[in-house]
Amino acid sequence: MTEELLAVRGLTKAYPGVLANDRVTFAIHEGEVHALLGENGAGKSTLVKMIYGLVKPDSGEMTFRGAPYEPPEPRAARNAGVAMVFQHFSLFDAMSVAENVALGMENPPALRDLASRIREVSETYGLPLDPQRTVGDLSAGERQRVEIIRCLLQEPRLLIMDEPTSVLTPQEVDILFQTLRRLTSEGVAILYISHKLEEIRTLCDHATILRQGKNVGSCVPRETSAREMAELMVGAAFASPRRAGRDMGPVALDVTGLSVAAPGHFGTSLRNIHFAVRQGEVLGLGGVAGNGQDELLAALSGEFRVDAEAIRLHGKPIGLLGPAERRAMGLLTAPEERLGHAAAPDMSLTENAILTAATREKLTRHGFLKWGEAEDFTRRIITRFDVRTPGPGTAARALSGGNLQKFVIGREVLQRPEVLVVNQPTWGVDAAAAAAIRQALLDLAANGTAVICISQDLDELMEISDRFGALNEGRLSEVRGTRSLSVEEIGLMMGGAHGMEVAHG
Amino acid sequence: MMLFGSIDPALLLASLMVASTPILLAALGELVVERAGVLNLGVEGMMITGAICGFAMAVNSGSPALGFVAAAAGGAGLALLFALLTQFALANQVASGLALTLFGLGLSALLGQGYVGLKPPATIRLNIPLLSDIPFLGRVLFSHDLMVYLGLVLVALVWAVLKYSRAGLILRAVGENHEAAHALGYKVVRIRVLAILFGGACAGLGGAYISLIRVPQWTEGMTAGAGWIALALVVFASWKAGRVLLGAWLFGGVTVLQLNLQAAGLAIPVEYLSMSPYLITILVLVIMARDKSRAPGSLGRVFYATQ
Repeated sequence: MTEELLAVRGLTKAYPGVLANDRVTFAIHEGEVHALLGENGAGKSTLVKMIYGLVKPDSGEMTFRGAPYEPPEPRAARNAGVAMVFQHFSLFDAMSVAENVALGMENPPALRDLASRIREVSETYGLPLDPQRTVGDLSAGERQRVEIIRCLLQEPRLLIMDEPTSVLTPQEVDILFQTLRRLTSEGVAILYISHKLEEIRTLCDHATILRQGKNVGSCVPRETSAREMAELMVGAAFASPRRAGRDMGPVALDVTGLSVAAPGHFGTSLRNIHFAVRQGEVLGLGGVAGNGQDELLAALSGEFRVDAEAIRLHGKPIGLLGPAERRAMGLLTAPEERLGHAAAPDMSLTENAILTAATREKLTRHGFLKWGEAEDFTRRIITRFDVRTPGPGTAARALSGGNLQKFVIGREVLQRPEVLVVNQPTWGVDAAAAAAIRQALLDLAANGTAVICISQDLDELMEISDRFGALNEGRLSEVRGTRSLSVEEIGLMMGGAHGMEVAHG
Repeated sequence: MMLFGSIDPALLLASLMVASTPILLAALGELVVERAGVLNLGVEGMMITGAICGFAMAVNSGSPALGFVAAAAGGAGLALLFALLTQFALANQVASGLALTLFGLGLSALLGQGYVGLKPPATIRLNIPLLSDIPFLGRVLFSHDLMVYLGLVLVALVWAVLKYSRAGLILRAVGENHEAAHALGYKVVRIRVLAILFGGACAGLGGAYISLIRVPQWTEGMTAGAGWIALALVVFASWKAGRVLLGAWLFGGVTVLQLNLQAAGLAIPVEYLSMSPYLITILVLVIMARDKSRAPGSLGRVFYATQ
């Protein structure tokens, strides 16, 4: 029996109108990987922020290595031996790796000494990294290494990881897990937050499940199925997506020789992309973030103009048409970034619905808005997709990520698209909502729509797509049927190990 | 050319140093503010407030040094207002900065009513026995008032602190990504308030340099857009201290040159000559700014801390 490292008793934190954490109690032991499970808004991030000293609890107490622990700020938490890798990397793009690491340390040595220590630690743990490189130029996997090394240099006793694998290739995930196992063998405890239940089953020793701010139970992930865990999180049974047998129609969207120059410093050029989607087919496009996903979506939606012949919808060249014309023809898109790209944050749901649906749902007459019909359409989205919101007049910003995502996808699905392109449809969405969104995409395909799903979640792509291709540095791999693919093949299609080899020796 | 024959190069270079100091000081202050992620468009207002505060204090006390202290305090005082609005009331930075300029212009006109036509006490110039007597260099480099040298020291200081010190690293981090800096436990608001105060003090010094040394007298609106040039300088200098110095010299140089050309009776309308420093400075800096450097990531964005 190992010793108890961190004990949390009755931790409570209320925000105006929400009880984010309600008397949460659990304990982590040394050398243990402890998973924290819960839907979006279940209170996971509030809880870890309290442990890391970013948020002060209203009541309750914590003990760390047997002593009372109340960190007033992250500095105190770091001094006590608690380190955290954030979900949205807390990195500074314009600075070098060494400077980024120095910012996360209490008393960093001079930059030159620090650089050699970074090399040392990165070799010990098999995470190769050049301290002089600018962080803005690194891949997602490399950026995560910066965060991890920043934590490791402080020799933490407890490492908190918030959704660490959402941006990694399968090979990168393997390397991360090896590093984590090595840390636990040295006695470091890891508090691990993830939506990927299969990962939790492979990695974690214990799991604590939160629902609406309350600790509703715990389990041993290795002995619990992913489905049981998901049901514990949601508090109810839900249906997993079902694929109806269906017939493919003729080719709906045909992309040939699509090339687009990178739009800015940190963008990716698309190089000579070919694929075709048939009616009733779901095409999954995988790849690590930043390999051209956003650019491909922009080229398909009409935000970027391309050669007329490069994109054909039902045989008609549409490369030169803008987004509104493509929408009118039935090519609809739902981009990844919910706030700011897919929806205008400060406008109401009705207004946001009008923004993309005005033409196809005929929500205007002689240039004036038909408010009544627009509101009806919005209500239909809300009911059909179970969007939890006070009403259609609510600002998009006020919705939680998962609910807004359901709205954004629902808004396009209900416009009966001929071709629907979605990017990261279930990013940061909890299991039940994700299942609902995937089911909606499959239903759409069953009714003859061609669906292109761009995603970094391979499980999702394997679940819903008929054929799979991967983007790597703006190029698209060969597109192959999903049934015959193994995880290794997918990893190779995604661009192999991305320099993520474990350092030898 | 005949025309240039009548211009003494040593005098020209010496007055270049003087003409560039006000915008150099103001631009350095603004550079620090923007590196911390705050866009303060109130530079002109803080400069003119510094100009009158410094002028009034120098006239009343008879000491130019006390005048400069008062100018820094006046500029910082106005900047504090901006800090309260943008960092605590979370007001829009662009609107607050513009309001600050208008407020500063009005406030200085009010404060300066009794000072029109007065002469401030003279600021002592450096006179180092050997150095100042070197034929050409002595006049160009070693016979200025202390503020000119303070400006140059400040360039080196700002550059070194931003590049090599931990405080500079943290300041840049706050400007680059305030959410990440907050997550790591740095006090974003406190660091920004300090940067804003520093920027205000520098702008105040720059303003007082105009009213106490360069002109030296008090007239309403006498900064005449120097604050705006300082702002443009920071952007086109790609947020680098060395380039700010270069830009300030360029602007000061062309200003002095066109004045000399006017005096020499060049057959170009005066208006064209007067606009030339602005045009040439911006043109040259735009060409220089075409490399990869970019603005601090969080520049001008409002920071909400989650508690």
